[in-house]
Amino acid sequence: MIILANIISLTIVFAVPLMLVALGGMYSEHSGVINIALEGIMVIGALCACFVLNAFDKSGMGKVHPQLAMLIAILVAGVSGMAFSVLLAFAAINLKADQTIGGTALNIFAPSFAVVLTWAIQGQGQTTIQIPSWIRITQETFGLEKGGNTFFNALIFKYFYLTTPIAVILFIAAWMLLYKTRFGLRLRACGEHPQAADSVGINVYKMRYAGVLISGFLGGIGGIAYTIAVGSGFASSVGGYGFLALAVMIFGNWKPVPILGSAVFFALFKVIAAYNSSIPFLPKLDNIKDKSSLYQMLPYIVTMIVLIFTSKKSKAPKAEGIPYDKGSR
Amino acid sequence: MSEDYIIEMLHITKEFPGIKANDDITLQLRRGEIHALLGENGAGKSTLMSVLFGLYQAEKGIIKKDGQEVQIKDPNDANRLGIGMVHQHFKLVECFTVLDNIILGVEDTKHGFLEKEAARKKVMALSEKYGLRVDPDAYVSDISVGMQQRVEILKMLYRDNEILIFDEPTAVLTPQEIDELMEIMRGFKKEGKSILFITHKLAEIMAVADRCTVLRKGRYMGTKDIAGTTKEELSRMMVGRDVQFSFEKKECKPGETLLSVKDLVVPSKVHKNNAVKGVSFDVHAGEIVCVAGIEGNGQSELVFGITGLEKASAGSIRLCGKDITNASIRVRSRDGMAHIPEDRHKYGLVLDYSLEQNLVLQRYWQPEFEEHGVIKAEAVRKYSEGLIDKYDIRSGQGPLTPARAMSGGNQQKAIIAREIDRNPSILVAVQPTRGLDVGAIEFIHHSLVGERDAGKGVLLISLELDEVMNLSDRILVMYEGEIVGEFRPKDTDVQELGLYMSGAKRNTAGKEGIAV
Repeated sequence: MIILANIISLTIVFAVPLMLVALGGMYSEHSGVINIALEGIMVIGALCACFVLNAFDKSGMGKVHPQLAMLIAILVAGVSGMAFSVLLAFAAINLKADQTIGGTALNIFAPSFAVVLTWAIQGQGQTTIQIPSWIRITQETFGLEKGGNTFFNALIFKYFYLTTPIAVILFIAAWMLLYKTRFGLRLRACGEHPQAADSVGINVYKMRYAGVLISGFLGGIGGIAYTIAVGSGFASSVGGYGFLALAVMIFGNWKPVPILGSAVFFALFKVIAAYNSSIPFLPKLDNIKDKSSLYQMLPYIVTMIVLIFTSKKSKAPKAEGIPYDKGSR
Repeated sequence: MSEDYIIEMLHITKEFPGIKANDDITLQLRRGEIHALLGENGAGKSTLMSVLFGLYQAEKGIIKKDGQEVQIKDPNDANRLGIGMVHQHFKLVECFTVLDNIILGVEDTKHGFLEKEAARKKVMALSEKYGLRVDPDAYVSDISVGMQQRVEILKMLYRDNEILIFDEPTAVLTPQEIDELMEIMRGFKKEGKSILFITHKLAEIMAVADRCTVLRKGRYMGTKDIAGTTKEELSRMMVGRDVQFSFEKKECKPGETLLSVKDLVVPSKVHKNNAVKGVSFDVHAGEIVCVAGIEGNGQSELVFGITGLEKASAGSIRLCGKDITNASIRVRSRDGMAHIPEDRHKYGLVLDYSLEQNLVLQRYWQPEFEEHGVIKAEAVRKYSEGLIDKYDIRSGQGPLTPARAMSGGNQQKAIIAREIDRNPSILVAVQPTRGLDVGAIEFIHHSLVGERDAGKGVLLISLELDEVMNLSDRILVMYEGEIVGEFRPKDTDVQELGLYMSGAKRNTAGKEGIAV
């Protein structure tokens, strides 16, 4: 039973970054800009948040007000991701550059930039930024007794970070913003038929900026959420999660609720990949030499299979990827 | 000021690269009138209206509302002045509901959230008042073209616009829907709204408009009272010369069988009714065979099957005696089939290619244009310049004009030039004059008859009965995927064809055909 609790709580902690980043991609694409730079945005967000956490650790504030420090780090992740996404927005909207190429350039740039900055601050060769242990929410955070290794404790407190409740709030906010507000209606119109939006007086360029910046914010938070979930510190990479999130977004048909579902689905496979040896009912495959690699391939293989079956009937925003030009008929 | 003008556009000049779209044009709209704006494709009608609606800025000239000079920099300004527009290509978001499309841009909110109830009531009230039937919760992707247009009209009414611009509203409608629209426009006039009605169909102007302003090649040709003018006078102003509304052709002398379709079955992607269910007919050298019918009775699928865009599931097609039932499109084209497609944007042209690239699209691999896998730019340029000259294709930058930037009539001329110049034995033309002006229609009709007189076979699919009666040597009527009647134009009339087209009558002997 404890193992089940572990699997569930781990799945949640891995689903959080996937969902946040996929929601970010969704916002960008609903405005009409393909955001393939999510991977890079995650790296930048995680990088900045890790520096902030370390600074709090050194100053001692982290141990006194751990969740306040964590909240600030999450905000820094979001804002830095947003700042980084301005580069994509400028290239895609103002310069009308090819969005895939622009995004790819940012993806190549981000990890190299992260390595340079990490070395500059931590010293040559110190590639990994450690994450302080006080960020985890424990029983003590709520003033409770530290309980034993029960099902409940394993389920709630083993992998409980501030990113999880924030992700829940952001999910609800993202859904409401997209479907229940004037902004959401106009944003979606810009991704579907920008000429129609323009003809009723909506500024397509502004809405597209808004879409990309929101995706930068969510992508940055997703970056730190991923780093926390992995738990071994930040080494200038988010392990392809930005791309996995794009698959989650496509599988989720550019809609928040299905995106949540597919994020959990993909996270489950990630957990199986990482903890296969301790899950009793999985085949042990003892005669295969490197079976853990086999399991680690799972999430990516599943991604490909799922996309083969779903990409045909997927409903992408019609005008995504096409730079908007007022003059064209 | 003696006249009560609600909108005046005075001496408007608007230039695009290489073309003067509007050259010193003046348009004065009286309060409560229906004012038609007439001109051929590329005459500058849409440009002028886009200037009024704030989509383009004019280089010269002023716009006055109620005698006061106004600046219209974007559609929001136009909306504030009460100007609304139904665009030729509808500006509707397909995955939104009708209601969402109507309120987009002027949404009500409550505590930051959308508030649609009041909007729904207003839309339903307007819909009732003017007889504009719509379903507010249907998705635009699911509704008919006619209803989409009603949504566009409701968009204007919802914004309380009093100056309504209709840009070529009848091009996409059936005859019944056109009558309905005319009635609605008269209703608006009664309400005191002022209407600008862009068209090139003279009959519609005569039926509904009070006055008419004519443009030709970006220039102002004058404004006429409809009561004091005639169709002929207006068309002369528009085209610059007399236009023949019908013409004599030589007697038909059918020769050998060029295209033979036998028991053809083609599945449909859209609707079961559209599928072709066992159709047989021949097209001979030197004749024009017309397939008439109401839209959506399998004509498109029949053409898809013949031209190879869709695979036939049964039956056979022979081109000049050779079986091409399963041949590729290139083989069919090489063996003498030319195709003027229904949807010139989708199947006729690569819109983002230049005119010369489009003109050589069917033959760029021929040794004349290609050597060692490299296209000979000079040969292509020379060839395309020849065609542009011969077929009078007008465009801003000659062979280098992007196809997208050309007017509909000139796009169609480019397709016809490309297809006919390959000297095909059979020409399949699907609604070749759809949405075109008098001058272009005349040109296309002459081209088709020219092909026939040169001993080619022409298969013409048309929804316009006048065109069918005028051009054809033989008429096949299609209904629900079958050929239900075969006629010669001189032995029948429009009324009789209409009965067969609606399925009210059917001629079983038609399957055997008239002996030729």
